Amino acid sequence: MTQDAATRWRPRIRRRNAIGRGFALLTIVSTLLGIAVLIALLIDVFGDGGAQVDGHFLTNYPSRFPEDAGLRSALLGTLWMLVLTAIIAFPLGVGAAVYLEEYAPNNWLTRFIQLNIANLAGVPSVVYGLLGLGLFVRWFALGRSLIAGAMTMALLILPLIIVASREAIRAVPDSQREASYALGATRWQTVFRTVLPAAGGGILTGTILALARAIGETAPLITIGALTFIAFDPTGPMDLFTVLPIQIFNWVSLPQREFHDLAAGGIVILLIVLLLANSIALFVRFRLQRRFD
Amino acid sequence: MLGARLTGRIPVAQDVNSSPGAPEVRSQFAPRRRRALIERGIHVVLFICAAASILTTAGIIFTLLGETLAFFREVPIIDFLTGTRWTPLFVSQSFGVLPLVNGTLVVALVAIVVAVPIGLMSAIFLSEYAPARVRAAVKPVLEVLAGIPTVVYGYFALLFVTPILRDIFPQTQVFNVLSAGIVMGFMILPMMASISEDALRVVPRALREGAFALGATKFQVTVRVVVPAALSGILAAIILSVSRAIGETMIVSIAAGLQPKVGFDLLSSMETMTAYIVQVSLGDTPQDTIEYRTLFAVGTLLFLMTFVMNILSDWIVRRYREVYE
Amino acid sequence: MEANPTGTRKPDVAASPSANDAAQANGPAKPDVLVTEDLKFWYGKMRALSGISLKIPQHEVMAIIGPSGCGKSTYLRCLNRMNDLIASARVEGRVIFDGEDIYARNVDPVQMRRRIGMVFQKPNPFPKSIYDNVAYGPKVNGYRGSMDDLVEHSLRQAALWDEVKDDLKKSGLELSGGQQQRLCIARALAVEPDVILMDEPCSALDPIATTRIEDLIRELRENYTIVIVTHNMQQAARVSDRTAFFMVDEQSSGTLVEVDETQRLFTAPSDQRTEDYITGRFG
Repeated sequence: MTQDAATRWRPRIRRRNAIGRGFALLTIVSTLLGIAVLIALLIDVFGDGGAQVDGHFLTNYPSRFPEDAGLRSALLGTLWMLVLTAIIAFPLGVGAAVYLEEYAPNNWLTRFIQLNIANLAGVPSVVYGLLGLGLFVRWFALGRSLIAGAMTMALLILPLIIVASREAIRAVPDSQREASYALGATRWQTVFRTVLPAAGGGILTGTILALARAIGETAPLITIGALTFIAFDPTGPMDLFTVLPIQIFNWVSLPQREFHDLAAGGIVILLIVLLLANSIALFVRFRLQRRFD
Repeated sequence: MLGARLTGRIPVAQDVNSSPGAPEVRSQFAPRRRRALIERGIHVVLFICAAASILTTAGIIFTLLGETLAFFREVPIIDFLTGTRWTPLFVSQSFGVLPLVNGTLVVALVAIVVAVPIGLMSAIFLSEYAPARVRAAVKPVLEVLAGIPTVVYGYFALLFVTPILRDIFPQTQVFNVLSAGIVMGFMILPMMASISEDALRVVPRALREGAFALGATKFQVTVRVVVPAALSGILAAIILSVSRAIGETMIVSIAAGLQPKVGFDLLSSMETMTAYIVQVSLGDTPQDTIEYRTLFAVGTLLFLMTFVMNILSDWIVRRYREVYE
Repeated sequence: MEANPTGTRKPDVAASPSANDAAQANGPAKPDVLVTEDLKFWYGKMRALSGISLKIPQHEVMAIIGPSGCGKSTYLRCLNRMNDLIASARVEGRVIFDGEDIYARNVDPVQMRRRIGMVFQKPNPFPKSIYDNVAYGPKVNGYRGSMDDLVEHSLRQAALWDEVKDDLKKSGLELSGGQQQRLCIARALAVEPDVILMDEPCSALDPIATTRIEDLIRELRENYTIVIVTHNMQQAARVSDRTAFFMVDEQSSGTLVEVDETQRLFTAPSDQRTEDYITGRFG
């Protein structure tokens, strides 16, 4: 190290700074790219489909003739699916979350259940469809009914509800539980009257977001054999059904341009429904989740 | 108020306690033994809810395995795994799954090539460069991107991206892997970005300061200290992205086509495992036929591939947490 | 191996007489390497430093002591613009290093930080090998000489070489706390700085490791100018030539009460508040 400092160090600060600026720009461009795709997608869909959306589009059944075709049965199917899925998944999911947070001993079984839930969240949705096909449609002989679809969907979103509910329950301070126990409440009374009301906002938010995910899912329902062409109103859980995304898929798959526009119209409706669901979730979060801040 | 809404299942307990016919009622308070019984019952019910997840997994495994084993009684497993012709729906049936695996991996590769660099750069922007206000504005937008149903992405791939590709490369087929892969990449991007960002953000501030104090530029701090320190988390994000890409169904069903073939021509149509499952499901395949069982054989393979990757990424994340905690 | 990088540069302050106050006039006439003039600092709207003027002579150890929250760490972090990394931070006044205000527009903080190194409160080695930890600074700053020699030389200076020479590939995180801190010192030395800022470098270490670091600081004084923030008065007395005492003023903003040769400050402080503090009457 006998050389002079000036020859041993070549800081090249300008070059380094230029590289740094270039890199920073690249990160910004990358981020904007994702946003740009989102905007392109929305413009594309609303451009193609906006004109389709009118009263008839919502109240007509699907048809071979694009000008007559509508979403009625798909909208009703989605609504049925939503309600049935919620009825099945909500108690199961919240129950599992309460068990894991408030009851579960710290043993191998609990850890196994937790690991299992984490893994279920990563199972491709089409595999849930195969489960529904093998188990509910064939083995339980429920056929391609709404209830078979809803049970499949419920299992699919169960991990989401459990994870969100556990987080909400965990956020309830222990002081609340202790206060309840100190008044002589049993464990369940404490959970039911103290913990769940306090965690309600988070649980509801998580459930709504999970249901929103279910509204958009297509693959599992196609796999259990939901029909693409339904020209009647579903009236009960055992009825055949279609849902919005399946109707959209059906229209996209047809070669004629007119049906593609119908698909775009269906997407507009689907996105509006999702926007509504997310707004409700946001609202619930805002209104109910600030108790212990 | 909320409690009341949640009560649905509970009045039972109250009814029992206050029911006038109950002989043990001695005081105005609920009898202790009955209360304990109810407590135990609730414990069991809640446990069953939690165990439902295990039943789900068991259900998946048994459904898949049952039909798959039946399938392998007719088709040797070696033929299935090494065959290069997949024609179960033709008269001359052939059950080599490699074409479907090939299609799946090629689409996933395109998606990863899109999602990983863009997602990682976005993560770096959000974690290292963006002011808090910009970050707060950008993250929800990325979440919207993640919340768009896959069927919508399929529409976008087929009717927006493919026409553009056909303008650039006239030989592009209507159904092609490139379009589906690119759009799938943008679908996965938010997940890639969000998991990577988490990994970057847990890198201690002290490490950044240490590097700055040595005269490193922000770029040098980021690329030579922060990213390497977060590498295992980023790796986990990449593996999860691959897993998601492999399991994605609707985009490929709509935009990638239904031609099972081995190859790497991105501008041509290929069939993925998931697209095959949808293709068969749309037809009216009778139960207990070999065609029906191919669904489950392919499903099992898909399940195993994603399962291994999910476990792997989980393991990496867990190992990596030990470094800083 | 001559490792005194300052040898090739003439600190400009030779021109400006260092007789700024009585205390420093009495000391040997060493040129000042770092001079702060009326340095003020804000976190958002809260003022953390109110007009600190201090001269730090070359090849001395300057200790900064004071009760917690007195702004001594904030002050230290102003000396290499580490506070730039905090979005809400604002600085007024001047920090003269090598004849230039480091807060001047044309000064690149990156370039300046190579010459003003820093050692942090908690050891913060990178999750890399020992070798790569030391080589990181030279690499990012475009070092052209033999890297192996520089790494060895830096580790020797930090009195760590003998303990790690056989497994330089081992992760820096596998070292003990004291070794990690010496690794961080070696890392700082490897970029051949003029000044080393130390922010309570022993607060996370056990007494034995602390002693080793203190010995090291005394050795390094031969070639480097060292500014050390410490909450430990004994440590200041043991390692420093000069001590500055900081306090919070009425607006709870850090202020310099007194600076003097360490011996004198601890035996005959000129300010009553200093005396109160060192005799343990408060703080």
